[in-house]
This record gives sequence, structure tokens and C-alpha cells, in this order.
Amino acid sequence: MNNTKQIAELVEPFAGKPGELIQALHRVQSELGYVPLDAQEEVAEIVGVSPVQVYGVLTFYHFFRTEPCGQHVIRLCMGTACHVRGADRVLQALSDELKVGLGERSEDGMFTLEGVRCLGACGLAPVMMVDDEVYGRLDPNKARTVIREYRDNQE
Amino acid sequence: MITLEIAGRQVQAEPGQTILEAAESAGIHIPTLCNLKGLSPRGACRICLVEVTTWRGKLVPSCATSVEEGMKVVAHSARLRELRRTILELLFAERNHICAVCVSNGSCELQDLACELGMDHVRYPYRFPGLNMDASHGKYVVDHNRCVLCGRCVRACSEVEGAMTWGFSRRGVDTLVATDVGSPWVDSKTCTECGKCVEACPTGALLDKRTSVAEQEKDPEVLSQVTERRPRV
Repeated sequence: MNNTKQIAELVEPFAGKPGELIQALHRVQSELGYVPLDAQEEVAEIVGVSPVQVYGVLTFYHFFRTEPCGQHVIRLCMGTACHVRGADRVLQALSDELKVGLGERSEDGMFTLEGVRCLGACGLAPVMMVDDEVYGRLDPNKARTVIREYRDNQE
Repeated sequence: MITLEIAGRQVQAEPGQTILEAAESAGIHIPTLCNLKGLSPRGACRICLVEVTTWRGKLVPSCATSVEEGMKVVAHSARLRELRRTILELLFAERNHICAVCVSNGSCELQDLACELGMDHVRYPYRFPGLNMDASHGKYVVDHNRCVLCGRCVRACSEVEGAMTWGFSRRGVDTLVATDVGSPWVDSKTCTECGKCVEACPTGALLDKRTSVAEQEKDPEVLSQVTERRPRV
């Protein structure tokens, strides 16, 4: 499914530079939206590290995704301020609405739900971002409404 | 030569040597786990902690700290004993270390440490994470439940064998050793089946296939025997 030639092209600027493995993976993710697991050996070969080093980096950093993500990425803040103001209830509402857990993509491929540490908008807690849009002072109902608006706009 | 004091004794050491090496050549024993002769020091397990009096009692891993002129090192004290024991108990509690049903029973460095440090019970509840085993390989098995993440297999594989098959995946409490791209061991394209990882492993996490309880024997010294015979580059 993944295009070996495309991976090779994306990683080419980092060929033979083991220290730039993370940059290479960033490039793959920014172009494809994720780093396909079957691209790991290809990346390792080009960058000049062992396959397990690629796997280690991919699994260590939460930012890297190994599954394709939805059309919209929801980043729900799980930081201290948001936690105190009920991020867990918002998470529950989003999970129920989308029928996914953290880090998963909804069945229709429309949303990926992610938990992040801090969005730097604690005054708006609990807060989430959908793509580049910030939604603050959330409660379960408000979060559900946001999702439904995205769905309505889609139709 | 550098002169320092370890456990109340004057010890001579070469510049660049570690406190552990200096202590060992002077016949002073310091317990270790992740350290293995022939492999680079890692300072991962913290069992070999010592107190440096001349650094205001700072605790440092002796395997990964260089000697210094005039340094005073406490290698054994009530505080160190308690710390080492706590570390050891946390290692036991983190996964599934039940000696009675382990292939390495009787040939295990974790077990030896428990005896040496007088660990008669574990004060923390076992996590029993129920991790997978990978018995896909024809000769060896990895049982993550017995792994202490010392990284000796990882270092043996990259530094001595040069295959770089083993590495770490994930992070924190979820960390696991992994081969290649996390696929089953048998599918590894880099593994040479040399078995150095099994010999280097201090516990029953890496074992020869078809060994049963207490049948696994380990020879970790094989790693330094290999490296010492090699020409220096």
C-alpha cells in the first residue's frame, strides 16, 4: 500500500545522516499524515541507522503516528488546569460521541482523537483544538456540539 | 595514576577508570546489575550507587562515574544498603519475577542480588503486567515478564556482535526490548543468531529454547572474552 518510491524521495535529504532520523520521520509524517510501519526499514536503510532505532524513536515519541489519521485531528488538553476543570468528562463525551479511545480514528475516518499535555491556554480550561481551531471552556455538551457542527458542515 | 579513597582504603587508579573498576581492582566488591565487562557502562539500574563524600555525599552510579584525584567514596553504608534494596524490590515488583518457576532459577543475577542484599520480601505490590513472550525464533525465547531493561542484550548486540538487532521500544513503564521493527524475532533481518544477547541477559528474560525451570545456564563472561581477544582499533 505504501509507495516505496515516495518514502525514498521524502527521506532523501537525510540520507546517511543518522542524527537526523527524527527530522526524516517528521517529513514522512507531515506529507503522509503518519509514518507507515512498513516504511521503517526503508527509512532505516536510507538514513543509516538500524531498523530497531527507527522503531524505538517511533514508539517513544507520542507525536509520531503509525496509523493514518482522520480528516480532522482533535487535540484534547490533558494538562493540569484542564484536568482540574473536568477534561476527563469531556474526554468521556468525545469518546462516546466518536466511539473511539485516545489515539484512535473514528470509523468514518473523519476524526482522530488525541490527548495532549498542554495547549498553553489554561485560562480557557478545559480546552481542545480541532485542527487549528481552539475551543475553550468546554463541558461534555459543548464538546459534543462542536463535533456535530463539523459533521453538519461536512454534509 | 590517581589516588582516591574507596570504602576507607587508599586505591590507585588510571585516569578515566570508573569508580567500579578502581574498586574491583582493589578487591572491593560493589553490587552491580546492568554493568557487564566487555560492554559500555550504562548506569541504568542504579544498583551500584555509591556515595561520594567529597561531592557532599552525592549518590552516583559507580559503573559510570570516572575517578578523580582525592575523591572519597563510601561503597557500603546503611543508607546505600537501604537504597539498593529498594531499587531491587522495585525491579522485582515491576514485572513477574517469581524465581521458583523461572528458567534461570539458580543462574540469575537478579536472584543473586536479592540473596546478597538480604532481600527476604518485597514491600511493594507486584504489577504482574502480563506481557507477551516471543518464542518465534528457532533457538531463543524472549520473556518480557522477566526483563529488567538493563540493556545488556541491546549493548551486546550492537557493541560486540554489531548486528544492532535489539533496541528499546515505547517508554517509561511500558518500555520493552524489541528486535528490528517490533516484528517477531524470527522475522528479524539483522539477527545473526549468535546468542550473545542470551548470555548477556542477567535474568530469565532471554533464554535458550527448550529449557525448563532452573535449566537455563548463562555465561555472561563470554562477552568480555570476545572483546578482550579483539585487536584495538
